[in-house]
Amino acid sequence: MNSELISLGESLADFDNFGLSVLVKVLAILAVFFVVPLVVGYMEHKAMAHQQSRLGPMEAGPHGTLQLVADGIKFAQKEDIIPTAADKWVFAMAPGVALVPGILVFAVIPFGPGLWAIDLELGLFYALAIGSFSTLGVLMGGWASANKFSLIGGIRAAAQLIAYELPLILAAAAVVVQAGTMNLAGIVGAQATFMIEGTSINVWYVFPQALGFAIFFIAAMAELARPPFDMPIADSELVFGYMTEYSGIKFAMFLLTEYGGMVSMSALISVLYLGGWQIAPGVALPGCAGAGLFDCGALGVVMGLGVMLGKIMFLSFLMVWARVTYPRLREDQLQKMSWLVLIPLSLVNLAIVAVGKVVL
Amino acid sequence: MTAPGAGLLKGLGVTLKHMLKPAATQQYPHVRPDLAPRTRGVIALMTENCTVCMLCARECPDWCIYIDSHKETVPAAKEGGRARTRNMLDRFAIDFSLCMYCGICVEVCPFDALHWSPEFEYAEYRIGNLLHEMPRLREWADTVPPPPALDEGADLPKEVADALDKATAAIEAADQAKAAAEVEAAKPAATPAAAAAAAAAADGGAPRAKRAADIDIEVAVEIDQETYDQLIAEGKSERMARSKAKAAFVRKKKAEMLAAEGGGEAAPADAAALADPAAPAEAEAAAPAAPAAEAAAVEPARPRLADVELEGEVQIDQATYDRLIAEGTSERVARSKAKAAWVKAEKQKMIDEGGAE
Amino acid sequence: MSDLATPQEAIRPGTAPGEDIALEFRGTADFDTSEMTLSIGPAHPATHGVLRIVMDMDGERVVDARPVIGYMHRGFEKLAEHRDYRQIMALTNRHDWLSGFNNELGVAVTLEKILQMEVPDRAQWIRMLMAEWGRILNHLMFVGSYAIELGAITPMFYAFREREDIQHLMESATGGRLHFTYNQPGGVKIDLPKGFLRQSDELLKLVRSRLPDYFDLVLGNEIFQARTVGIGPLDPALALRYGVTGPTLQACGIAEDSRVTEPYLKYGEIDVEVPVGRNGDAFDRFYVLLHRIRASLDMIEQIHDAMPSGPVNVKLPKMVKAPEGHVYGRIENPLGQLGYYLQSSGSKTPWRFKMRTPSFSNVQVLPHLLRGTLVPDMVAVLGSVFFVVGDVDR
Repeated sequence: MNSELISLGESLADFDNFGLSVLVKVLAILAVFFVVPLVVGYMEHKAMAHQQSRLGPMEAGPHGTLQLVADGIKFAQKEDIIPTAADKWVFAMAPGVALVPGILVFAVIPFGPGLWAIDLELGLFYALAIGSFSTLGVLMGGWASANKFSLIGGIRAAAQLIAYELPLILAAAAVVVQAGTMNLAGIVGAQATFMIEGTSINVWYVFPQALGFAIFFIAAMAELARPPFDMPIADSELVFGYMTEYSGIKFAMFLLTEYGGMVSMSALISVLYLGGWQIAPGVALPGCAGAGLFDCGALGVVMGLGVMLGKIMFLSFLMVWARVTYPRLREDQLQKMSWLVLIPLSLVNLAIVAVGKVVL
Repeated sequence: MTAPGAGLLKGLGVTLKHMLKPAATQQYPHVRPDLAPRTRGVIALMTENCTVCMLCARECPDWCIYIDSHKETVPAAKEGGRARTRNMLDRFAIDFSLCMYCGICVEVCPFDALHWSPEFEYAEYRIGNLLHEMPRLREWADTVPPPPALDEGADLPKEVADALDKATAAIEAADQAKAAAEVEAAKPAATPAAAAAAAAAADGGAPRAKRAADIDIEVAVEIDQETYDQLIAEGKSERMARSKAKAAFVRKKKAEMLAAEGGGEAAPADAAALADPAAPAEAEAAAPAAPAAEAAAVEPARPRLADVELEGEVQIDQATYDRLIAEGTSERVARSKAKAAWVKAEKQKMIDEGGAE
Repeated sequence: MSDLATPQEAIRPGTAPGEDIALEFRGTADFDTSEMTLSIGPAHPATHGVLRIVMDMDGERVVDARPVIGYMHRGFEKLAEHRDYRQIMALTNRHDWLSGFNNELGVAVTLEKILQMEVPDRAQWIRMLMAEWGRILNHLMFVGSYAIELGAITPMFYAFREREDIQHLMESATGGRLHFTYNQPGGVKIDLPKGFLRQSDELLKLVRSRLPDYFDLVLGNEIFQARTVGIGPLDPALALRYGVTGPTLQACGIAEDSRVTEPYLKYGEIDVEVPVGRNGDAFDRFYVLLHRIRASLDMIEQIHDAMPSGPVNVKLPKMVKAPEGHVYGRIENPLGQLGYYLQSSGSKTPWRFKMRTPSFSNVQVLPHLLRGTLVPDMVAVLGSVFFVVGDVDR
């Protein structure tokens, strides 16, 4: 099988002036981070509403499109309440500790041809490692709130997030084995050239690694504490779990972490399993040279970005759909599912991929 | 913990199905809710009907109705009558912050002064402003919808049932009288009016003859001088004499037109009655008797007590007076009833004397 | 009392949740931990209203639970001693606000017992129709709230959509959506408006067509089953000792229903189905709830067919006075058996008006059910034992 490492070009924002390119990249990441999760949030409002036979936001802007903007303004002008018994510094830093790693993950995610901030050789490793740093913020928030319910929420979150790291990493490892690189753009390129054994049908990794895709998706939902894995939040038991005592901007930061995480996880899934910015298996982007995926003109860049955003939206929709339909799993059931089901399955998946890689 | 199974997929199917169907939301305030007529939205007051009996304030479980009133004396309607005291409504307020919308006040009001209205948009920013006074309650009375018709199988509402009973009784009585009149038609006629009525009743089944009411005259209405002079001589007021004279004029004109038109078509009694400028009492009696032959068959044309006027001082009927005193009624009551009995007897005498003419 | 069906195949509790796998839970016995006393409520999303449960917890496991009631005591029975019967009927709509019609029906039935009043047939059937729709209203509410406590946010909206339609129908006849004040001793206040039976029939078909959604979305969902099967099993003998009634008792396998054992109105003339569960656990309680909705829909269909014509009330004196004496009238509230004990001294207000409410007895078994459960299961159990706090505290 073709295991040629595709040498990748630079990011589009790599200018001769180093300072300028850093500035542009930072601004771009912030722009993406503050726009795409809001769009995903709006989609969640509307999809959830229609699945529940109602309309969702309709008043703020046409059909409620400006609802989340209004929410942002609302959060900004709210009173910042800190409980008297709370550990002030830890309480204040927790949202930051949760949010910043979420933004940092966006540095390596490729949104299209040349649309990345930095092209690390260890891109996937970096993404998964930095992403799991948010757990610390969650734990800090739960502990510092001086509220028994928050504490329970924080502890549940810690246990859950640790438990689901393993299936996530093992499933991702299978992809790395198949692609031969941890470089995210490289994985996209590898999928563009991956053919079914003996044929010239180009498929994405979701086809041979369907099991891995399912495991990664479930583990990603658990990492984000999305229902049906939202025991840490569990609104009917713990009001809002570790976020209960937060108000105003701090609360908004926690929420943004969740939606930003949805976007970054969906982006990772698209890159790892769904061919990144490739429109369809075997179809090259117009205006691109290298494997139809790199060295693209403006049209190709825009189309690539559009395809990536579409896939992100689709995967986010699946997460919302699951949220609307399912009750939440109890903590011990959650743990059992991870340790006794997902990890063995992901090991099996890894074994199959490894064997296949060697034999085929 | 098992792997996801069929149940999970079915659940996804249900939510997807609902996503593709239209939502059940009604966007208030752009869309108004469709409320039933019996909806208990707000209590409205028809101040005209309220007699300040205070039943609603007493029966309210929350005591949220506040009523103030004062008594006024109303002078007697007639000379020699008593002055009446009437309760005048000063203040009728309902505190809607206390009201539990149970409807007991509406139910107990004996005069239909309180009604339910589906109006619900009266929210206030301050709870004190939920105490609404009489003008506002009267405004809401204009929004009270008519009661809905009842479902099949339901008994009719009492008012409708009573009215139906009366109407059916009247129709049955009319049928009976018609049958009686037909029997009488075989016998020789007692009075011309009765004969005319019998004749008319006999051919009641035949196509209706043209009646006075069917004709329109297009002539400037003047007064019939004969009738006018006669009435003035009798002492009636000028206005009344003039109006009755006008009526007599119209009747005459119509009789002429009928006679000209139909010749023998019109019911003979009709033309005869119209052409007869007789005493007002008789004319009144005969004219309605002829066109409405069936009614005349029910009630023989007879002047009524109310039509007769007495002149002179009213005295008491001694026999009645003594009887009532013996029964133990007060002197005042006995005297008034004896006066009434005397008046009645006098009027009847006058009628009998007049009818013999 | 009545003959009770013997519990068939009632599986005794013994398996604590999670004991299907050979993992021994030693708890924190090896560690030096301290118990935490957590107070769930009075303001808590899981309790239906202001119910407080004081729990001693070892980590996530509940060691002891004590419900503290009385936060919603409004002095109903004392109020009733100073209100005449019409006012009492208006007020009883409010102690169990999810079953307003059935409450005032209970008062009417009790009064008719003591006054020895003959109620016209059409009134009986109309009352039954409204009572069954009211029962469906109540059960739909609990379907929604039970699911949302477990994290399933959608059934609540579907349930409320159905409830809106039913409330709209009942509003056209009674004027109210939650508090109906439609009964009076001797019948109902006013007859049904034109087209009511036809609309009721259409609504019946609509609700029937939507009922499978609940089965698919909730009952058949593996996650829901994992959260509720075997959780909070209620021993039938214990339930009977505490006087638990209604769907909570029927889930234990005992088919006790006042409509069958002591038929009032015209329940003796229609086919009343009483669904029962097997194990008395949380899953069975939800199962019984859904099937009771289905059974009520079937009953409504029978009532439509049997509705006679005629008057709907009798002429009442200006002020209804109950003769001296005492009477106990009981009906089947959606939550269980509702009884009113009325002691009258001959005046227009009662001497004593005691309310036997189903929620009060249902709440008493909570300590037994909650001992040994985990916190999430506590929520599942709370959601599955049906009670309304206004009914508990009156």
